[in-house]
Amino acid sequence: MTPRQRRLALVVGILSGVSVAALLAMRAFEDNVMFFFDPSQVATGEAPVDKRFRLGGMVRPGTVQRTPGSLEMSFIVTDFKRDVPVRYEGVVPDLFRENQGVVAHGRLGQDGTFVADEILAKHDENYMPPEVARAIKEKHGGVMPVNPDHKGVPRT
Amino acid sequence: MDWTWFHKFGSPPHVYRLAGTLTPWFAWPAGILIIAALYGGLVLAPPDYQQGDGFRIIYVHAPSAWLSTMVYAVMASAAAVGLIWRMKVAHAVAASCAGVGASFTAASLVTGMLWGEPMWGTWWVWDPRLVAQLVLLFLFLGYIGLRSAIDDLGRADRASAVLAIVGVVNLPIIRYSVEWWNSIHQTPSVMKMDRPSMPMDMLAPLLMMLLGFTLFFVAVLLVRLRAEVLRRERGAAWVKEVVS
Repeated sequence: MTPRQRRLALVVGILSGVSVAALLAMRAFEDNVMFFFDPSQVATGEAPVDKRFRLGGMVRPGTVQRTPGSLEMSFIVTDFKRDVPVRYEGVVPDLFRENQGVVAHGRLGQDGTFVADEILAKHDENYMPPEVARAIKEKHGGVMPVNPDHKGVPRT
Repeated sequence: MDWTWFHKFGSPPHVYRLAGTLTPWFAWPAGILIIAALYGGLVLAPPDYQQGDGFRIIYVHAPSAWLSTMVYAVMASAAAVGLIWRMKVAHAVAASCAGVGASFTAASLVTGMLWGEPMWGTWWVWDPRLVAQLVLLFLFLGYIGLRSAIDDLGRADRASAVLAIVGVVNLPIIRYSVEWWNSIHQTPSVMKMDRPSMPMDMLAPLLMMLLGFTLFFVAVLLVRLRAEVLRRERGAAWVKEVVS
């Protein structure tokens, strides 16, 4: 082995060693790296139901209800397999819409309702001009077809 | 195979002159492309159906983020070449990359926060994609810090090269963080196998901006490389000829 080959081997060795370490670390911290849990994970008990956690999914169309005269609201978060009802009091971000991604931070109550104290909107990767969006809506009977971008959710 | 062209890159005066000749060939197209892409992105492109005009920050945010990882890849490759072939000019290239890369990373983080506040409803969350990008910033800053902490140039080159190579592991984590884990950050709209999730009139300025940023990076790299080569060779006879 020439010195140059030895240095090449050293670089390859560093890279593979660090990659293996990173893979092991990511496996070990898998649950903590997840930014949110979807309703199916809540149903199967993967979500830490005794602690505060984040619930993510789509806002099911037609389920957003606001109490007049207050900031209280409720809606259903769905991953199109399971639903979780959510209660929240406060201001929601611009992109909070029906049929859009949402991440709620809070606690699961005894009655199965998720009580959130923070609502974040999750944008999907689709960009289009308003006219195109209108045309697509018209083609689908006035509703924007869902194109969820997170794992485990079928594209429609 | 004749390797003379490659070995010439080991010669500092050759690299200094070549970088000087090449700079305008990258700087001018970069300037023209960025101005044209700004006009295309801020004026010609239609607003987004959800975000309105707010989406236009993508024309700075996405190219900055792409460049931040691209610059890191260039820096780590140059550092590896410097380490394996004992090529001082390669170490100079790596050293010249770090500041530019840190700036692109900071730009992507700041523009992302400005967009995230109204759209997501928060400036910052400890999300896998966001944290991985923050780690990239710390890698660049750590590289710069490590270099300046070691007085001996050869030692500084080798130590910082090892750090740069170790940090490469973060690049796939940044890219795939939004697919491996549930993340609040959207998945890629453009850099994916599928066709882009964006119509052509929005996409064209974005791709122009990406090309413009890339050429801008090369131009800045060449200017910084010349300064770095001069600094390293300050005792050499050819430098005295150049500066006098």
